Amino acid sequence: MTAVASGEVVATRDQSAAPAVVVNGVSASYGRRVALDDVSLTVRKGSLLAVIGPNGAGKSTLLKLIAGLIRPTSGSLSVLGGPPGSAAKSVAYLPQAEAVDWEFPVTVGEVVMMGRYARLGFGRQPGPTDRERVAAALETVGMAEAVQRQIGALSGGQRRRVFLARAIAAEPELYLLDEPVTGVDARTQEELMDVLEAEARAGKTVIATTHDLICAAQRFHEAAFLNGRLVAQGPAELVMNQELLSETYGGHVLVLPGDGGRLVLDDAHHHDESASGERHFHDERR
Amino acid sequence: MDPIAFITDPMAYGFMQRGLIAALLVGVVCAVMGTFVVLKGLAFIGDAVSHAAFPGLVIAYIIGAPLYIGGAIAAVVTALAIGVVSRRGRLRFDTSVGVLFAGTFAFGVMLFSTIKNYVTDLLGYLLGNVLGIGVGDLVQVAVLGAIVLVIVLAIRKELLFATFDPAGAAASGLPVAGLEYLLLALLGVTIVVSIQAVGIIMVVAMLVTPAATAQLVVVRFGQMMALAAALAALSAVIGLYLSFYLNLASGASIVLVETLWFGIALVLGPRTGLLSRARPAASGA
Repeated sequence: MTAVASGEVVATRDQSAAPAVVVNGVSASYGRRVALDDVSLTVRKGSLLAVIGPNGAGKSTLLKLIAGLIRPTSGSLSVLGGPPGSAAKSVAYLPQAEAVDWEFPVTVGEVVMMGRYARLGFGRQPGPTDRERVAAALETVGMAEAVQRQIGALSGGQRRRVFLARAIAAEPELYLLDEPVTGVDARTQEELMDVLEAEARAGKTVIATTHDLICAAQRFHEAAFLNGRLVAQGPAELVMNQELLSETYGGHVLVLPGDGGRLVLDDAHHHDESASGERHFHDERR
Repeated sequence: MDPIAFITDPMAYGFMQRGLIAALLVGVVCAVMGTFVVLKGLAFIGDAVSHAAFPGLVIAYIIGAPLYIGGAIAAVVTALAIGVVSRRGRLRFDTSVGVLFAGTFAFGVMLFSTIKNYVTDLLGYLLGNVLGIGVGDLVQVAVLGAIVLVIVLAIRKELLFATFDPAGAAASGLPVAGLEYLLLALLGVTIVVSIQAVGIIMVVAMLVTPAATAQLVVVRFGQMMALAAALAALSAVIGLYLSFYLNLASGASIVLVETLWFGIALVLGPRTGLLSRARPAASGA
């Protein structure tokens, strides 16, 4: 999908195109615990958005709201032009690794085939097209050799590759990935990000939570800073902004000046109470 | 003794023919449902639902209704109630199930104690007697068992996805909550169908043991279901012959043969076998 005839408008970079996801004043809570408070953000089609923030910041909650797995207590969402869940076949959700039972008796090929189920419909068995998509998706993530292996026999990085292959096999418009590169080695991280970048170039929208701030700064287009509320949303370079990081992580991260900046943890640095309020940074280069 | 006569002689009796057909049906249906019970961790729920069927049976007996209907209503209602509690409850799930489990069974025992005359056929439901099954009961077992099997096999891929990754399945548009309630309702039907064969107390073994054995041996979902069904069928045959020749309780014999397979798989199984663990892991991490 990279070959675009000259003069043809690439719709994904068209600012007038309808956004993939609009989150409007959304709050969500589990029982009495408020997980997200009045969050608003817009994700353009073709965007590669990193959702960052400390544990308990509501990153997974935001993805689940967009996926339609939980309902907001207030506010509204629009996903691919409709309410969450209305375009479920065009949404691929990747759960956190801890949410999966790795002893489950399924092979790599069977897991990736699950990505095709929503398109197949009830009671219909996979056909040649589905098998081709599964094979192609496994090829994309470099796991074609492992098709017959049991999912639990794989390493952590290989499991993430397989789950990403499942998402690709679903041919979605929107990827919702909960920590797709957590606990994987550097090479796997680079390769998985290459795949996501290619999907974004092809016009797909990718929203991924991550704890890896370097990866967020270097490989994503945009970043959303969550800390129960939305601290900021803007170009990914903002991940290196000391003030925003302090506000998001409560002052436990420092950016050291240097080649592209370096991030270190700092428990002595305390939260700056004066820095509050939500800000939006608009990337004018696009 | 002539080995052929050893096999064919018991089949001269109508009760053995009916018992064998019933044990095979119940064994296979339980094993197929049991695959989901094991993978979703519903063993305790299965036990609770089978005990909850008891008051249904007693009430049906008292008002003169067909016992199966009473048991089925009680079992399905309990299974669905457990589903609601698991989705909305604030208590730990096993706590809620434990309360429901003991409460419903006590209610059944209390109702039972109000019946003046001695009721052997109701007591039979506690331990089961597959050899006492009549033609009418056998037809009911066959019809209900076939319904459960057809539904499960028709939507097995959806059930597989929803069991393996409920969040991913729901996000892709599968009605995961609906599938869970359907599975619980089918579990209720399966349990009631099985109670006459092996009794309220041992139904959970029919559900869990063949599927657990299969999980120790194979790595694919379809293989696990097929192997569980095959083991259950084999156990039904061996168990009934043991029961016939050694004059043992039929339900207990079947369950013990199933348990024997489990023991063998635990020791020799390729995945978790004690013998294979002694060797370096072949799969690697």
